[in-house]
Amino acid sequence: MSARQLLGFFDDEQDILDATRAVRRNGFVVSDVYAPYAVHGLDKAMGLQPSKLPRVCFALGLLGAALKVWFEIWTSAVDWPINVGGKPLNSLPAFVPVTFEVMVLFAGMSTVFAFVLVARLYPGRRATPPDPAVSDYRFVLVIDETDAAFDPEVLHKLLRKFRVRAIEERVTTDQESAR
Amino acid sequence: MASASSALRPPLIAGEKTPAQVTKDICSVLDSKPTALWWSGFLVSLAFLLLGVVAVTYQVAVGIGTWGLNSTVGWAFDITNFVFWVGIGHAGTLISAVLFLLRQQWRTSVNRAAEAMTIFAVICAGIFPVIHMGRPWLAHWMIPYPNMRGPLWVNFRSPLVWDFFAILTYFTISLTFWYVGMLPDLATIRDRAEPGFRKKLFGVLALGWDGSYRTWIRYETLYKLLAGLGTPLVISVHTIVSWDFATSVIPGWHTTIFPPYFVAGAIFSGMSMVLTLMIVARKTMGLEDYITVGHLEKMAKLTLAVSLMVGLAYLTEVFTALYSGNPYEQFAFANRMFGPLGWAYWIMVTCNVGISQLFWFRQVRTHWGAVFCIAILANVGMWFERFVIIVSSLERDFLPSSWADYTPTSIEVATLLGSFGLFFTCFLLFCRFVPVIAISEVKGVLNVGRRREAPPVISASPQPNPAEGEGVPA
Repeated sequence: MSARQLLGFFDDEQDILDATRAVRRNGFVVSDVYAPYAVHGLDKAMGLQPSKLPRVCFALGLLGAALKVWFEIWTSAVDWPINVGGKPLNSLPAFVPVTFEVMVLFAGMSTVFAFVLVARLYPGRRATPPDPAVSDYRFVLVIDETDAAFDPEVLHKLLRKFRVRAIEERVTTDQESAR
Repeated sequence: MASASSALRPPLIAGEKTPAQVTKDICSVLDSKPTALWWSGFLVSLAFLLLGVVAVTYQVAVGIGTWGLNSTVGWAFDITNFVFWVGIGHAGTLISAVLFLLRQQWRTSVNRAAEAMTIFAVICAGIFPVIHMGRPWLAHWMIPYPNMRGPLWVNFRSPLVWDFFAILTYFTISLTFWYVGMLPDLATIRDRAEPGFRKKLFGVLALGWDGSYRTWIRYETLYKLLAGLGTPLVISVHTIVSWDFATSVIPGWHTTIFPPYFVAGAIFSGMSMVLTLMIVARKTMGLEDYITVGHLEKMAKLTLAVSLMVGLAYLTEVFTALYSGNPYEQFAFANRMFGPLGWAYWIMVTCNVGISQLFWFRQVRTHWGAVFCIAILANVGMWFERFVIIVSSLERDFLPSSWADYTPTSIEVATLLGSFGLFFTCFLLFCRFVPVIAISEVKGVLNVGRRREAPPVISASPQPNPAEGEGVPA
């Protein structure tokens, strides 16, 4: 699928923040913003939903802890019960530290894997930032030209209010950059 | 961040930097050839590392008779070094996770290096229990895997097994946290590098990071979650290390104060090590604008605060022994202070609680030389703390007939020196290959304490970036 996009290039976090807000307020569709660092409040300006990663973290942490408790009980009290110093075979309080560590390990690692999955990051992925300076100092506002009411004139005027460095139109056929 | 700036707040980063300058300042160190100072440091560290390799090979080949241990003192140098290095690591997590959750933005200048320090310190720490096993080729028996010995499972009631899980989890999570935190910076290096091997390598390491904000928001969430997990983790790890001692019945070890006491001590030694490394890094790599005197001062204040906690723990320990009415406990502390290892006890008290009180003075906190010396002494003191706790409690136990003294052998000392060699070799390599300062995080706090820029000027045509002299992007 090909998509026409209008790109605005900015050099200041305040400008990109204000421009993103203004562009959305005027009814344009912000496809994405490229930024060299996390700008506080940009997610709200773009209208992005909060990430669902905390759910993965919680669920997998709980799963890890549950599996570990089961494993500790099974190895210590079922599979090969050994009397150590007369302590009960199923010594739940003594299982707490390892259960905690495994919970943290599961929660942490699964969240990282979930992150690279949803963000589609993997070794060998070709990075296609709209400007190579995105990882240096440049902010790029990508606006979809989807609407029939899309008016480049209005948009140009709007972006210039926020000290846009350059404006470009691009047609992409690449799914990667169009997402 | 920008909207929170006020005239009253001092800037975190000196020199009115722009994001482009930050990239250049921090990456240029990696582009140039290593200096003579770096080479000399690296070669000395490597020499110590080789000494350690020789010592470890020798003691594994010959056996544990090469140590100064005897049937009374069964734990000494290895365990001291293990606890010492794990403790060093804790400040890295404190800075990267706890200070992140507490919104301490000054951490951005030091967190990368502190996290690296954590990883290398935990590697150093992990080696000692393996050596201490005496038969390190059976180390994998600590893993509860289905085996041909029954299967015989590990004893999950044992603090030594807890320790194994704690250290491995801590290492894995710290390494992941460090790597994830580095993703945007790896992309920066990739985009700066000339086409070739380096660009390809960093391209693979950066996982195709392109700065899309949809990725950034997930990344921020991930970072917050890892920080949230790292905070209880770091407390649990040293708590579990202290349980190695506290769950035994040795006087001087069997106390409930050990977990907070150990955690405070760990953070104290770790903060001192961060200070040491940061002072060296800012001087040798020209990072004075990023790691400012303000950073040193803040870290010195933190060090002072934990030093007071450590002092409180020392006092509480003695009081508990006196008040317990337990003659063994009372003797253990009298022996600790005035027994054969009394000199080590007083080194510990002087370095950890005495000298660090100089940090009350602003002139001391802001003088890098003074901070450096105090930080080094604090680490000496913290090493002795572990040595005193472990050896003084063991060498005078319940039966005077079994009392014995412990003296380390040259092999044990060489192993300790080797661990320092390993630590500094890793750290110096880290300084050469990845940015020592979290570039993307520093860019985010550039506006702190700076005046807001003039309101947007409406210009007719796109302007080239005056700072870069670069026109329309590619």
